[in-house]
Amino acid sequence: MPFLSLKFNLQKRVKLAQGLWMLYWLAVIVGIILFSLGIFFKIELRKRSEIMDNNESHLVPNLLILVGMLSCGLNAFGGKLCHDSLDPQKFSKMKPMLRPYMLLCCGFNALLLLLVLLCFLMQFAVYLTLAEGLKNAIRFYKDTDTPGRCFMKRTLDMTQIEFRCCGNNNFRDWFEVQWISNRYLDMSNDVVKDRVLSNVEGKYLMDSVPFSCCNPGSPRPCIQHHLTNNSAHYDYDHRTEELNIWNRGCRQAVFSYYSGIMNSIGALLIFTMVLEAGDVAGLKYLSTALETMADPENPECESEGWLLEKGFKETLADLLSKVKTFGRANQVEEGRASPDVAAT
Amino acid sequence: MAVLKVKFTKTRRDKLAQILWILNWISVVTGIILFSLGLFLKVELKKREELMAEKDIQYVPNMLIAVGLIACAINFLGGKICYDCVDSTKFLRWKLIMLPYIVCTFFFTLCVLVGALMCYSMHWELEEALDLGLMQAMRFYKDTDMPGRCFLKHTVDTLQIQFQCCGNSGYKDWFQIQWISNRYLDMSKKEVVDRLRSNVEGKYLMDGVPFSCCNINSPRPCIQQQITNNSAHFNYEHQTEDQNLWMKGCRQALLEYYTHIMQSIGLTVLITWLFELSVLTGVRYLQTSLENVLRQGDPDSESDGWLLENSLMETARIIKSLGKSNQINTANNGDPNIDVPSTSKAHYGPDNVPPKEKMETS
Repeated sequence: MPFLSLKFNLQKRVKLAQGLWMLYWLAVIVGIILFSLGIFFKIELRKRSEIMDNNESHLVPNLLILVGMLSCGLNAFGGKLCHDSLDPQKFSKMKPMLRPYMLLCCGFNALLLLLVLLCFLMQFAVYLTLAEGLKNAIRFYKDTDTPGRCFMKRTLDMTQIEFRCCGNNNFRDWFEVQWISNRYLDMSNDVVKDRVLSNVEGKYLMDSVPFSCCNPGSPRPCIQHHLTNNSAHYDYDHRTEELNIWNRGCRQAVFSYYSGIMNSIGALLIFTMVLEAGDVAGLKYLSTALETMADPENPECESEGWLLEKGFKETLADLLSKVKTFGRANQVEEGRASPDVAAT
Repeated sequence: MAVLKVKFTKTRRDKLAQILWILNWISVVTGIILFSLGLFLKVELKKREELMAEKDIQYVPNMLIAVGLIACAINFLGGKICYDCVDSTKFLRWKLIMLPYIVCTFFFTLCVLVGALMCYSMHWELEEALDLGLMQAMRFYKDTDMPGRCFLKHTVDTLQIQFQCCGNSGYKDWFQIQWISNRYLDMSKKEVVDRLRSNVEGKYLMDGVPFSCCNINSPRPCIQQQITNNSAHFNYEHQTEDQNLWMKGCRQALLEYYTHIMQSIGLTVLITWLFELSVLTGVRYLQTSLENVLRQGDPDSESDGWLLENSLMETARIIKSLGKSNQINTANNGDPNIDVPSTSKAHYGPDNVPPKEKMETS
């Protein structure tokens, strides 16, 4: 009793081959899209690797690029198979390649499933790398004269402007860090000396933020310095003022950006999986329909196509027994080898 | 003496018709490209219309949009005509339309050329508009509580951040206007009142700039206030410091941006114009060769194709006399050299007695 069998006449077979050919080429286009998304994601990670401590994992974009290329190749071959299937000569040449090809497609689908899981799980890794990287970026903001860190200020300023955020969790992160280099502090000034001596580590801390935290949508000119001192500015209450500087933390802002990209990639991968499964099923139907033609010389005859030759449970049982005999065959051969040795 | 005569065999005519069909469809695509370029320019100009004074510069993108749409329509028709020209019987359908179509397309290509030239000439009007517009925008920077101007601060700030520029010609433009609203100035403080009184118009002027002028490439935290006062900051000399603020003026930055767009669009339009002209030449050759084939009667024979039947001077004369003969007599076939005696009886009016009868009576 074949599993999910359908009857095919010539017209239905031709229609199936044509429809399948179009589906395969659609899958090739989707493969190209996956490839370019992989490259885009890799570039986006590289662009901001400085605020991620140069530590970010490129596993997902690399796999995505590989999957895109594989998809293009496999599906182009599948399209060629469909195109040749209606010509009996070409089909008989291709018949031996069908089974390994379909197994390869199933393996590819498993790889797609793995990638979907990775897309959703790696977001945690991105979040942790971002948290650590931003903390260090804020610490090294002032080191514009240290080689290897001289562009940290520029990168962090650009990130805060682009993502409309300030600091790691919020703007108070800047209060805990000395973000003005000692080169620009007049150490002979009493105010400066007091501030440096006022904390254990000898850092020049103040309740100010860099200019990149300023919100252009604020109705008043940006207040960067003495943020928590209401009397330092006219008509200013720091507890109710929301439009002056960005309230969001950069970790949250940058993470939601990357999370959005990864979620979209995951959704596209799920769509690709469904498409691939449909392609394999269609190819199985087509190949069985062509193989079971009662009279190969007469193209007009009817035939039957199916997904599995026997029922679902029987196929599973067959597979299990095959796996068992494969294991046992090795043992039996060893046993046979020893009596030969004993005989001689 | 035809202008640029070329012999066409049947196969050459068919090939020409097929090639022209493909070229016409490519021209439809270039028409769509022109249309989208015009739309893009319109959107870019509209995005920053707050920063541009009331000058009529929208005519350039409007012209590009119109030209793009007309190009699509004309080339679509041209493609249909060329597709039918392979078959001489179908050509008869289009025979009468072809010459007016070619003349219309010729004038249309002139419009395309004018469009391309307009792209390059917009530069000066744009500069004036930007100069006035930016000055106004900076003056109203502080008016975030006035309806109609409340987003000008946001616009100017995002402009300066995005285009990496400061002020109209430079950062010193901000020293000459009051960019902090009186709502945020403590009028009870002596220094504020002094500053307000220090100039004729009672404006709070200072040598400070908004935060959006800050240069992100600067190695030190941004110095926005007391820019010209070297002693106000440690290790600072404003005459040599060029990385603290953006040095470029916003007018120049915007002008460069728009000029770059206009040059690319102008180049594309010029290339489109050359393409259209070549397609037009091909269609003219096709039309004349097919008409000659019909005149000869044998659809498979060779025929001549040309651009103009007579030389340029003759053609100019014919067109002039066409205009004149419309006033006098339309039966001359347009050639004033032929003397056609009037034989129609209808020309005799009530006073014109035929000479024969008169002689008999006298």
